[in-house]
Amino acid sequence: MTLREKAKLMSETDMERAIRRMAHEIVEMNKGLEKVVLVGIQRRGVFLAQRIRDVLRQFEQVRVPTGELDITLYRDDLTLLHDHPVVHSTSMPLDITGRHVVLVDDVIYTGRTIRAALDALMDLGRPDIVQLAVLVDRGHRELPIAPNFVGKNVPTSRDEVVEVRVSEIDGINEVVICERQEG
Amino acid sequence: MEWKHRHVLDLKDWKREDILFLLDQAKNMDNLIDRPIKKVPALRGKLVVNLFFEASTRTRVSFELAEKLLSADVVNWSASGSSVSKGETLRDTAWTLEAMGADAVVVRHGASGSAHYLARKLKRAVVFNGGDGAYSHPTQALLDAYTAWKSFPNLEGRKMAILGDVLHSRVARSDIQVFRTLGCEIVLSGPETLMPFDVKSLGVTYEPDPWKAVKNADIVYLLRIQRERQEEGLFPSLDEYHLRFGADEKLVSKAKEGALVMHPGPINRRVEIDSSIADGTQSRILQQVRSGVAVRMALLYLCLGGVMA
Repeated sequence: MTLREKAKLMSETDMERAIRRMAHEIVEMNKGLEKVVLVGIQRRGVFLAQRIRDVLRQFEQVRVPTGELDITLYRDDLTLLHDHPVVHSTSMPLDITGRHVVLVDDVIYTGRTIRAALDALMDLGRPDIVQLAVLVDRGHRELPIAPNFVGKNVPTSRDEVVEVRVSEIDGINEVVICERQEG
Repeated sequence: MEWKHRHVLDLKDWKREDILFLLDQAKNMDNLIDRPIKKVPALRGKLVVNLFFEASTRTRVSFELAEKLLSADVVNWSASGSSVSKGETLRDTAWTLEAMGADAVVVRHGASGSAHYLARKLKRAVVFNGGDGAYSHPTQALLDAYTAWKSFPNLEGRKMAILGDVLHSRVARSDIQVFRTLGCEIVLSGPETLMPFDVKSLGVTYEPDPWKAVKNADIVYLLRIQRERQEEGLFPSLDEYHLRFGADEKLVSKAKEGALVMHPGPINRRVEIDSSIADGTQSRILQQVRSGVAVRMALLYLCLGGVMA
């Protein structure tokens, strides 16, 4: 099976703009940044969290603690996957107990990644509040989970794949929608 | 990443990239051990049987801990295989285990090749070799590599001296495979009666003088001297072994500055190692114990966590 690129959903500028807006919403909803910790979900969420952090430093002159979370060992579909999921690192800059944790991921789809992320997070401490920021919400939730901050809502079909590309991994910043093709 | 190894029986067909991938995965498992809640649900619902025909404390406990930290269900099955015919017993045991629904079996057995045999008899379960005869001890070698790799991220061109009873040592055989694959140059030393006949075919050299063997080494690896070997007349006495091959400050000072001292345990103080070395700053013996849990977690996860064959 191959993926055919159908359309570009966001350019680099669109991504920057959305991240900037989400950063402002995070400050607003938390009435400041005093308790906020950004936690990027491996792998692309990690870089998006860093970008939100950089925007916050620029506009609020605050360096928000930023961690990274790997959810591989908490997945509920390990025995169904054919490609073996690689374990990445988890690291928190501080104890998240009593903090406002903003989870950051690239795309929310079924909600199962976030379910796993919540379990992983609770094993690390007891945050006061957990919020969720995603660059793209593509619908089709299978669990009662909703993001607090959304870069862009995109109606999709289940045959489609939304790819968020970040320069650190993919050499380019963009969001594209692809279609699965046989052969 | 596609993981090709269904069982972990020996390290014969492990390529450099397989080992390096495993070490990287073990590093992420290692971080879990420091957390307040160490347990993760990755192997929830999997049944692992630890089948030990030979006495072993650290390998069994290390495997058990790794299994529990990944939330597997663990059954410890100790058996003394001395009185019964090994082939029969193992085959029947294999079938029994499978009937119980085991997803994985960790086996330690005195007969070389028993892990391979078990893997052939089991249709579904994954086999981890916890040491078989003088043949192989793959998880020990991988934890040794992990321990060394943490100090020396590039092992290419490093010199490793292995001292002691290589002849009876599955640890030595497996370590030679792994460290050679990672590019180390390996020199063996110890009484000639404790060296295998096929030293050259292992791709290593033998140096009877331990001082020369250790000279400029980055890793000094000491093997356990078993007291029974003296009764077999393979060396005159433990004291004499200690005098000539025991690792003390003088011998280890011949190695490179900052060289690592490793030992698979349990150690015999004042036989193959002096306390000044075992408890010294260069010793990685306790790190090896910790590495064992991380490496076994990574192996269990890679062989059991993904798609089942």
